[in-house]
Amino acid sequence: MSQGRSPILELNQITKAFGGVEALRGVDFALHAGEIHGLVGENGAGKSTLMKIIAGVHPEFSGRFMLDGKETRFRSTRDAHAAGIGMVHQELSVAPDLTVAENVFLGNQPTNRLGFVQWRRMAREAGEQLSRFGIDVDPMTRLGDLPIGLQQLIEIARVLFSGARIIILDEPTSALSPPEVERLFTTLQKLRDEGTSIVFISHFIEDILRVSDVVTVFRNGRKIAETASADTTKGALIEAMIGRGGEKLEHSYTDDLMLPQSGAGPVVLKVDQLSLRRSLQDVSFEARAGEVLGIYGFMGCGQLELSRILFGKLRPDGGTLVVDGSAKTFRSTAAARRAGVALVPESRRAMLFHQEPVYKNISISILERISALLLKPVRERAIAQRQVEQLQIRPPVVGLDLGMLSGGNQQKVALAKWLTYPPRLLVLCEPTRGMDVGAKNDVINIVRDLRAKGLAIIVLSTEPETVLSLADRILVLKRGSVVREFAGEAVSKDRLLEAA
Amino acid sequence: MASSDSATAPADHKRPRGLASFLRSQMRNIAPFLTLIFLSAFFAIASPSFATIDNVGNILTQVSVTGIIAVGLTFVILCAEIDLSVASIANVTGIAVAYFTLQDSYVNIANIPMPGFAAILLALALCALLGLVNALGLTAIGIPSFIMTLAMMQIAAGVSALLVRGQIAYKVPPLITTLGSGSIGGIPWIVIVAAVMLLGGHLVLTYTRFGRYVYMVGGNREAAEFAGLNVKLILGSVMVISAVCSGIGGMLGVAHFGSAQQNEFDTYLLDSIAAVVVGGTSLFGGRGGIGNTIVGLFVLGVLNNGLDHVNIDSFLKILIRGLILLAALIINVYAQRLREQAAD
Repeated sequence: MSQGRSPILELNQITKAFGGVEALRGVDFALHAGEIHGLVGENGAGKSTLMKIIAGVHPEFSGRFMLDGKETRFRSTRDAHAAGIGMVHQELSVAPDLTVAENVFLGNQPTNRLGFVQWRRMAREAGEQLSRFGIDVDPMTRLGDLPIGLQQLIEIARVLFSGARIIILDEPTSALSPPEVERLFTTLQKLRDEGTSIVFISHFIEDILRVSDVVTVFRNGRKIAETASADTTKGALIEAMIGRGGEKLEHSYTDDLMLPQSGAGPVVLKVDQLSLRRSLQDVSFEARAGEVLGIYGFMGCGQLELSRILFGKLRPDGGTLVVDGSAKTFRSTAAARRAGVALVPESRRAMLFHQEPVYKNISISILERISALLLKPVRERAIAQRQVEQLQIRPPVVGLDLGMLSGGNQQKVALAKWLTYPPRLLVLCEPTRGMDVGAKNDVINIVRDLRAKGLAIIVLSTEPETVLSLADRILVLKRGSVVREFAGEAVSKDRLLEAA
Repeated sequence: MASSDSATAPADHKRPRGLASFLRSQMRNIAPFLTLIFLSAFFAIASPSFATIDNVGNILTQVSVTGIIAVGLTFVILCAEIDLSVASIANVTGIAVAYFTLQDSYVNIANIPMPGFAAILLALALCALLGLVNALGLTAIGIPSFIMTLAMMQIAAGVSALLVRGQIAYKVPPLITTLGSGSIGGIPWIVIVAAVMLLGGHLVLTYTRFGRYVYMVGGNREAAEFAGLNVKLILGSVMVISAVCSGIGGMLGVAHFGSAQQNEFDTYLLDSIAAVVVGGTSLFGGRGGIGNTIVGLFVLGVLNNGLDHVNIDSFLKILIRGLILLAALIINVYAQRLREQAAD
């Protein structure tokens, strides 16, 4: 830790709640000039929330906020910006239809006295800045035409060269290739040596240890530890992140878990050398009947893209999909459904009809099977009623608008729509995200029942617990490649995190 | 929103909804109906000639062509798309059916006379083809329907112009003449055709699998895709349905007016869109239906007709129609918001 100097930014007892749920509980945080400060913690531990408070995104919170030794309150991101704080958010926030130069100068284009934009000057300066950062692109290209990783680098460059003295980077490396990460780190170290303070959030603990001077660990909205990077190890950080001994009621999966020796059925899905631009590289695996295959990886590791390819919503650039022994190129999601593939995506908004009754949500994917031309509402309701009872959806009223159900029950409806005529392959994205313990257990039981019926199931998640609680075999996806497979051996949360 | 009804505070949305909440969620159906009753009552009091059997017949006849076109447009708007080419396609189909019919010798058009059934089939094929072009532009190429059908509006007008070259044709096949301008037992055939098509549209939307898909695609297109529906096929189909309905409306319209010429249907674009939207079908898709369209048709029909019965500056009529349409749009957007709040 940087002793002796007073911090430029100091937060005391910060507490922030979202609708009754405390995201941060009494957190202290200090940032010194010329320091790279790493933040680690699980999803939902409070890292991003704290950074958003610093960047003025969340003006409402309790606690003391001191900048340069003076108590301050930002009312908006503009205030934070004016105070020299810049942030690169986890989600890409660029203007894809503007040029690279316009994106670099977004909000402060150079103008002449009459207020006209000085295009040539803007292009030249943007080009200079980017090449300082090792990016060689024509500043007048449309940003959206560039690969995602490059877009992310340009967004980072914008903040790095905005003259901000405090720079916050939230998961900046998820879409970057190793050489790009390398370039980013070199630039960060240079900026640090020039006196800039940098906060660096990442799931990649090696990266944190390599680049940062100080590391702070968050868990459940609390600050758990702060140490100099030189004095700690990956193992120690993971342990602090997940809290051995567990303070939670839930199974914490910190101990070793034996995966079963393969006793699964025939291969239902065979994926070979699948690639998609920068998202996936040569991904190959098999999914078998009567087996749950877990695919674990950090946000942006390519999971979402993989699930979309399996369900025909994205077309891969290369590689083959073989379902039940025949090679498939899905031209639409309808084609994937007919081939026996079902997908439950991670977002409930994307998969359900909130203004329609529960039974219509359940019957939508099987209408073809139960009605040729005319609808059969009585049959539809009967089928829905059976699913509602089997999955214990509450309230058990199939005529109720879906929007009236709680999140966990909505998730069950999303599953229910595939269960009347079970598919060959069921792909589940984040099946238990944001659920309470009871609903989680229900979903786990449903998935186990389906496995017993002989479905091949793929569970994709960024939460180790989800994968560990469901999977018989686990693949770890890292930056678009499969880096590790756990099969018939011991696995635990540490080992998963270690691999990813 | 306006009524600060505390019974439906967001926190206890899981309890059974009260009457006030029910009314709010049904606002899109109730408001047009109240408008219709109000307008009818107003004109009935203001003019003794309005509320007569004869005049009701007039109104029905006056809304028939709009009604036929609005059937297809209802499908399109339920899918959260739009078709701006309906009037142009109606026009070109009406012209085409006359083009393939033997005209009197004084008509100076180099046309191709054919038997009546062939003329009708060719005209139907033409409008279906134009609808298919709309469908491909929207789904295969990915042009937004607003722009695609704007182009089609010009294309269809261009084909019309080439066929008649500024002239007017009068004759259409006998079947079309009968359906467009004949009557049976005192009821005009065109009213019967409109009623049958509206009923047909309603049955398809309510009782068939395709109709359900239309609502689901309009309600949440992404979810429809994740449910494994062929969204592009459904969107393409509604564009073709819309074009064919327009074509039928155009053929009967030509018979009804007694002539086929350029720019004959120009006012029908606004009228048919207005009928669907004033009736309460959501511009955001997934809500509404033929029932709403029928109410919307009558609101417009009563308004157009009633303004003729009261002493009013005929130029002011246009402004009044515009204001009524604006009010309907405000209600449309507002009703959507109320529903979303009720569902949240």
